[in-house]
Amino acid sequence: MGSHGIRDRVAIVGMGCTPFAEHFDKGLDDLMVDATTEALASAGIERADADAWWVGTAQSGMSGIMLAKALQLEGAPVTRVENMCATGSEALRQASYAVASGAYDLAVAVGVEKVKDSGYQGLNAFPIPTDGTNRTLTAAAMFSMVLPAYAERYGVEPDQLRRVAARIASKNHANGAKNPKAQFRKEMSVDAICAMPAVAGQLGVFDCAGVADGAAVAVVCRAEDAHRYTDTPLYVKALSLVAGNGSGLIDPTYDYTTFPEIAAAGADAYRQAGVTDPRAELALAEVHDCFTPTELVLMEDLGFSERGQAWKDCEAGVFDLDGELPVNPDGGLKSFGHPVGASGLRMMYEAWLQLRQQAPPERQVATVAQGRTLALTHNLGGYPGEMVSFVGIVGTEPG
Amino acid sequence: MTGSRGILALGAHLPHRRLDRTTIAAVAGGGGGKGTRAVAGYDEDATTLAVEAARSVLRGTPVVPAALWFATTTPTYADKTNATAVHAALRLPGTALAADMAGAARSSIAALVAALAGGGPTLVVTGDVRPGLPGSADEAAGADASAAVLVGEGTDDAPVLAELVGRASRTEELLDRWRTPGDARTRQWEERFGEKRYVPLGTAAFAAALADAGLEPGDVTRVVTASPHGRAAKAVVRGLGVGSEAPGDDLAATVGNPGATQPLLLLASALEAAAPGDVVVLLSLADGADALVFRATDAVASWTPARPVADQVAAGAPLPYPTYLRWRGHLATEPPRRPEPARPSAAAAGRSSDWKFGFVGSEDRSSGAVHMPPARAAMHGGAIDDMEARPMADAAGTVVTSTIDRLAYSPSPPIVFAVVDFDGGGRLPVELTDCDADEIGIGVRVEMTFRRLFTADGIANYFWKARPLRAADGSVVTTTTEKAS
Repeated sequence: MGSHGIRDRVAIVGMGCTPFAEHFDKGLDDLMVDATTEALASAGIERADADAWWVGTAQSGMSGIMLAKALQLEGAPVTRVENMCATGSEALRQASYAVASGAYDLAVAVGVEKVKDSGYQGLNAFPIPTDGTNRTLTAAAMFSMVLPAYAERYGVEPDQLRRVAARIASKNHANGAKNPKAQFRKEMSVDAICAMPAVAGQLGVFDCAGVADGAAVAVVCRAEDAHRYTDTPLYVKALSLVAGNGSGLIDPTYDYTTFPEIAAAGADAYRQAGVTDPRAELALAEVHDCFTPTELVLMEDLGFSERGQAWKDCEAGVFDLDGELPVNPDGGLKSFGHPVGASGLRMMYEAWLQLRQQAPPERQVATVAQGRTLALTHNLGGYPGEMVSFVGIVGTEPG
Repeated sequence: MTGSRGILALGAHLPHRRLDRTTIAAVAGGGGGKGTRAVAGYDEDATTLAVEAARSVLRGTPVVPAALWFATTTPTYADKTNATAVHAALRLPGTALAADMAGAARSSIAALVAALAGGGPTLVVTGDVRPGLPGSADEAAGADASAAVLVGEGTDDAPVLAELVGRASRTEELLDRWRTPGDARTRQWEERFGEKRYVPLGTAAFAAALADAGLEPGDVTRVVTASPHGRAAKAVVRGLGVGSEAPGDDLAATVGNPGATQPLLLLASALEAAAPGDVVVLLSLADGADALVFRATDAVASWTPARPVADQVAAGAPLPYPTYLRWRGHLATEPPRRPEPARPSAAAAGRSSDWKFGFVGSEDRSSGAVHMPPARAAMHGGAIDDMEARPMADAAGTVVTSTIDRLAYSPSPPIVFAVVDFDGGGRLPVELTDCDADEIGIGVRVEMTFRRLFTADGIANYFWKARPLRAADGSVVTTTTEKAS
């Protein structure tokens, strides 16, 4: 196995993103039309200019027809993709590879999810008939099992680690408060987060990502064509995907303090992009903070922190908005909200704003002005022991 | 004793929880009484209870039953045989006949008599979850429990522990108690009526069975009396002419009366304490009377039950009466606002029967890695279709990490869940049961138990859960306490 990557062969030349919210007044089609209209306008193109489309949704629709109908795309190749919560990133990956192959000049990746029509809180997978032996836990419970395992392995006091987790949520709330498109725009103290009703293990309600409706869209073209559409394109440096074999659920060597799929996708992405010291080279990282322990472990799996040190780095503010490496400056899944199929492209939307210094001044990261040109997005689906992981790296400078 | 037919092994299973009868009246406005009754978990039914009793009996014997008779007053299914799930969980051969004898308390006696009459090795198994409305006499006096008796020809490896030396029955149509299927309560005629009819029937059956055995009442070491009619069971003993030491504990004060299970539970309890040569009479008053006279063999002296009834009676953890009411559906509470689980697929369950019911994983021949559920492709080494069956039901394990899910659907939230690594290999993230949430953490030792995860579309979804191993004082065993002991 190996990957060559498509470093600097494809560029993102337009993006759009709806506010993520409980859009009880908007349907799936509205969200796709809104985000696509914004993205095409930012690239200065019309629907008919796009040669091919990928639409990612975990479970809000079926087939490419869902997008072709909503946008009235006539005779267009439209493909629906799904890779659990990494679906939005998967749509971008497919569109980028299609352009890199030379099959198309301009492609559009759409990510969308309408989760708030279900009548239930949280996310709910549609039932696939089974033998009835599979577990029926919430995702919160599955990820909550990281905390005791991490505390045990690294000798951290459980109560102290719980506050570290809350600090991660507090940081993301502080960032989201500065984001007009975020679902939760309220700062939350560590004490307030710790005082929330327990959901699973040590996790409270505010250790969990917001659940929202939304859509995000990217327009991609060959790198050499990028300046036809924008003066400030983002060049795709790396796109890496790993679908886990689920061995963590059955293999006693897995210890619940790391996500091997993410470490593997990260290493592959760094190789593709030529990144050797991510903490020093990246201007920002948008990571899949579905639950607070997830972001904690991600800091180690993505090489931002040494093993067993992420909890200290989080406490020290390394990943704060004004820290050494800002993580989730848009508020992350925690505050921006998590419309499953849209989140991967939403992360890329923040990279689009930040690297081009178009984020609102109150949350524009300083690292870009300091000369860093790369951003990382990390998107996962599944649970500890059984997950898909995407890592993408984009930059403002062609290689 | 080899060659002759008799009881080769037997045992009972009491669920983990006990209801203190003195706590009933304050809530129900009446009823209750003294002592405790055994209560099945919300995830147990007659079938799962039966599996647990049968497992403990079969674990200690090389005998493979050729037939399985499942007797219960509270079958989970009608139209569909319940014994087939027990058969699958025990991984009995497909050639074994498994059938139900369901409905009335007398079913278990009939199953035992049929087994003793002949045929190959036969497992008689019972399980009951006794109903009763809040505050009723049945609620307080009833019990949930199971028992199993393995009957067959004795061999050197599996000698007869007790032989049947005499038997008699009396049958009479009498309306003492009755229940329409699905009802939460049993109705009963005036108590004096049943007592007046049962006592002479029992006396006659007892005398006839002793005559059949060529014995006198004074030869009886122990007599245990089972009956849905508690007063009759007590009254009949006074006229049997046996010695004052002969009547055995009916376990009413500690366990209660578990319906069809009661006769076998009392027989197991009596034989556990029996010495070679002891004459043990099982007298049952249910829609007539049945008396079975057993003589304990020399083999009983070296017999060690896997889980003695006496130990189980002494164990158990208290269950608050409101929780009991909730588990029984007498107290409707707000469910979590999550979708209820979908019904399992009959076809998928059929394909994975050995996993779902038997808890059999697979072991990769080249790497030795245990795969749960069983797999075709190995997680290490790249082999495909190089696996052999790896039974895991009797493996103990250790909690690697755990959580409490307060949001997910459960018949009794919250869900206690853990990642368990099994001794000798194999890992499973699995739900825990028979525990309080705060008892579970890293290092807790567990064993597997067959449970009903939920019911959807009327389908009882059976699978396995883990439960903590417990020390004699009831405390949870951990890797630390295990090393210390």
